[in-house]
Amino acid sequence: MEVLVVFLPLLAFLIAGSIALFGGPKATPSAAGHGHGHDHGHDHHAQGHDDHAHHDDAHDDGHDDHHAVAPSPTAGDRAAQFVTSGAVLLSAFLSWLLFFDVAVGGHPRTIELATWIRSGGLDVSWALRVDQLTAVMLVVVNTVSACVHVYSIGYMAEDPQKPRFMGYLSLFTFAMLMLVTADNLVQMFFGWEGVGLASYLLINFWYEKPSANAAAIKAFLVNRVGDFGFALGIFAIFVLTGSVQFDAIFAKAPTITGVTLHFLSWDFNGLTIACLLLFMGAMGKSAQLGLHTWLPDAMEGPTPVSALIHAATMVTAGVFMLCRLSPVFEYAPSALEIVAVIGGLTAFVAATIGFTQFDIKRVIAYSTMSQLGYMFFAVGVSAYGAAMFHLFTHAFFKALLFLGAGSVIHALHHEQDMRKMGGVWRKIPFTYAVMWIGNLALAGLPFFAGFYSKDMILEAAYASGSPVGRFAFALGIAAALLTAFYSWRLLFMTFHGKPRMEKSVYDHAHESPITMLVPLAVLALGALFAGVGFHQWFIGHDRAEFWGKAILALHEHDSIEAAHHHLPGWVGIAPLVVGLIGIAAAYIAYIQIPSLPATFARLFKGLHQFLYNKWYFDELYDALFVRPAKALGYGLWKSGDGALIDGVGPDGVAAATRDIAGRASRLQSGYVYHYAFAMVIGVVLLIAWLSVFG
Amino acid sequence: MEIGLGHYLTVSAIVFTLGVLGIFLNRKNVIVILMSIEMMLLAVNLNLVAFSTHLHDLVGQIFAMIILTVAAAEAAIGLAILVVYFRNRGSIRVEDINMMKG
Repeated sequence: MEVLVVFLPLLAFLIAGSIALFGGPKATPSAAGHGHGHDHGHDHHAQGHDDHAHHDDAHDDGHDDHHAVAPSPTAGDRAAQFVTSGAVLLSAFLSWLLFFDVAVGGHPRTIELATWIRSGGLDVSWALRVDQLTAVMLVVVNTVSACVHVYSIGYMAEDPQKPRFMGYLSLFTFAMLMLVTADNLVQMFFGWEGVGLASYLLINFWYEKPSANAAAIKAFLVNRVGDFGFALGIFAIFVLTGSVQFDAIFAKAPTITGVTLHFLSWDFNGLTIACLLLFMGAMGKSAQLGLHTWLPDAMEGPTPVSALIHAATMVTAGVFMLCRLSPVFEYAPSALEIVAVIGGLTAFVAATIGFTQFDIKRVIAYSTMSQLGYMFFAVGVSAYGAAMFHLFTHAFFKALLFLGAGSVIHALHHEQDMRKMGGVWRKIPFTYAVMWIGNLALAGLPFFAGFYSKDMILEAAYASGSPVGRFAFALGIAAALLTAFYSWRLLFMTFHGKPRMEKSVYDHAHESPITMLVPLAVLALGALFAGVGFHQWFIGHDRAEFWGKAILALHEHDSIEAAHHHLPGWVGIAPLVVGLIGIAAAYIAYIQIPSLPATFARLFKGLHQFLYNKWYFDELYDALFVRPAKALGYGLWKSGDGALIDGVGPDGVAAATRDIAGRASRLQSGYVYHYAFAMVIGVVLLIAWLSVFG
Repeated sequence: MEIGLGHYLTVSAIVFTLGVLGIFLNRKNVIVILMSIEMMLLAVNLNLVAFSTHLHDLVGQIFAMIILTVAAAEAAIGLAILVVYFRNRGSIRVEDINMMKG
């Protein structure tokens, strides 16, 4: 069953990939460019909609009028959609069975598949480690992936390259499953790079758009920085423990706390430095402050991709990795402090940026980054259960928000700018309702999913009692206020107020087809009940039996325990209070006095510009890394390669030859008497030589 | 005064030197160069004949006959080339003939 869960998506990817490669007539890129184009200001759909003006009523029953202009799906498209969706749905069903067997029933297991590398002391095998942590991740990955697969059938109906898209989605799912079922660090690294590849391919799915190319390359490069740290971290762990297999590492971790690593005349605490390097990998994948710049740009990809990869699963791989390695991190408290500080800062910075942006997907992307920050500072205060719980609930409501945003974008003909939305809630009531549910869960209103996980994180941060815990708590509360504000800003700007789009767009706004609504409904159920249904297991009193040996929090670090017992009353209600304040503020600013935001932006122009430009991180990196690297490359090209190697080498030899040949050829005057003269001189010299020496 | 071998050789040397100087002091006409070559060949012939009588060996005179033949053929071919060259180029001035210049 475990093998099926992991390898069904791979099988589906191979089938869909063959269909994309060999099946049916190829769509040309120009046709692809016509079929969709999610950039702003597209109006070629208007034609198709004029044809439909006479049966507008058909829109409400889920009829997708985009089929009118789209190429009709071929048998290959249908087969690819059916195979990939079916495989992942089956995989999702099996992973729920596994969840109840492994996690709830308490039967963790490891299945050896094959030996991979056996060289000296290095022994790496392919194995599926299915313990409680993995079971949770299997459920998250496969459920969201199944929803996204089904949703994509509707969302990508216009796209001429459906098999390729479905194949990439399945490839991503397989790589993510390899990552979460890894039994050793090397296998995890394989999955880690696999999801990076799938992310690159999917961001760049519309490869004829230059901005998508740039975003994909940026995501890939920034992730390489993190992966560099991850790889070094694996090496350091191997040096310290002599193994890359998790159980062996965990067994040795308590005994090597004092070991130092000698590097360039410095001595480092080996475990701390190894943990920090591994955390660097997690920072790259999970878009933590410093390596976060790729995530907002990654929104260039199709919306289902943003929901699956850049909200629910791949970006949480870093959190999963730290939780998986909790038996190591627990013995490196200074590394944990840094994790907490970075996580807190990320939560806050991302939230401040999020509430100035206008692109609906970017707002949600910054919200994702902010929530990832929460998960990291939960890890930093040893509240691994809370981090995993927030990962679990966040996957549902954030995927819901993204897919809901996709539904809005779909309804408004690929408009992503919230300044050109507004007033459409009557037109798309179902999407409106699920967006409310998603935002209520995100803001942490009672009984919605986020309430349980987010409050637990904040309480654990406070209860840990350490200065960094308090620091993270303060930033987390501030971020919670901003989260509520920008979530309702998004709702109000998108669905309420006066319609700000063109009239024809508004008139043709329509609810999405049924294949998009069902996944939304499933995720909405998750956003409603994932918190209330599971919190006893993840963070409640059953958590010790639930997690078993998958997570280790030393008793003196156990902040969840502390949060359950001694906590001032105000800490528990503070997140809810600031959330309500944020919602009220958004209501005042965007419904009551719509001119208020512009006034504030004018009053605090500097601050607004600073936040609107994302704290100038891109500009800073451009000045710090990109331009020096470019200048260095240019210099090496011009002086190193051009002047030195080419100048002295091929070009120099060629120039010297030409120069000498030129001089030699000038001897050849062409005048007969010069040759005769030379002959005479020669004869004279010959005779002279003979008469002297002969 | 009896005219001896030395006189013949002196005349021959003077004629040869004139021929050589005629080749590379002349800047005007290719025909002059041809004539200079003829002069050098004649100087050599004079040498050969002088030594032939002096040494009582007829081989030198036979050799002179061969050289005359070759010189005649050379003059004929050289003039023919010049005629063709003049037709093509419109000039046989020495300073114009430098197509082989590097």
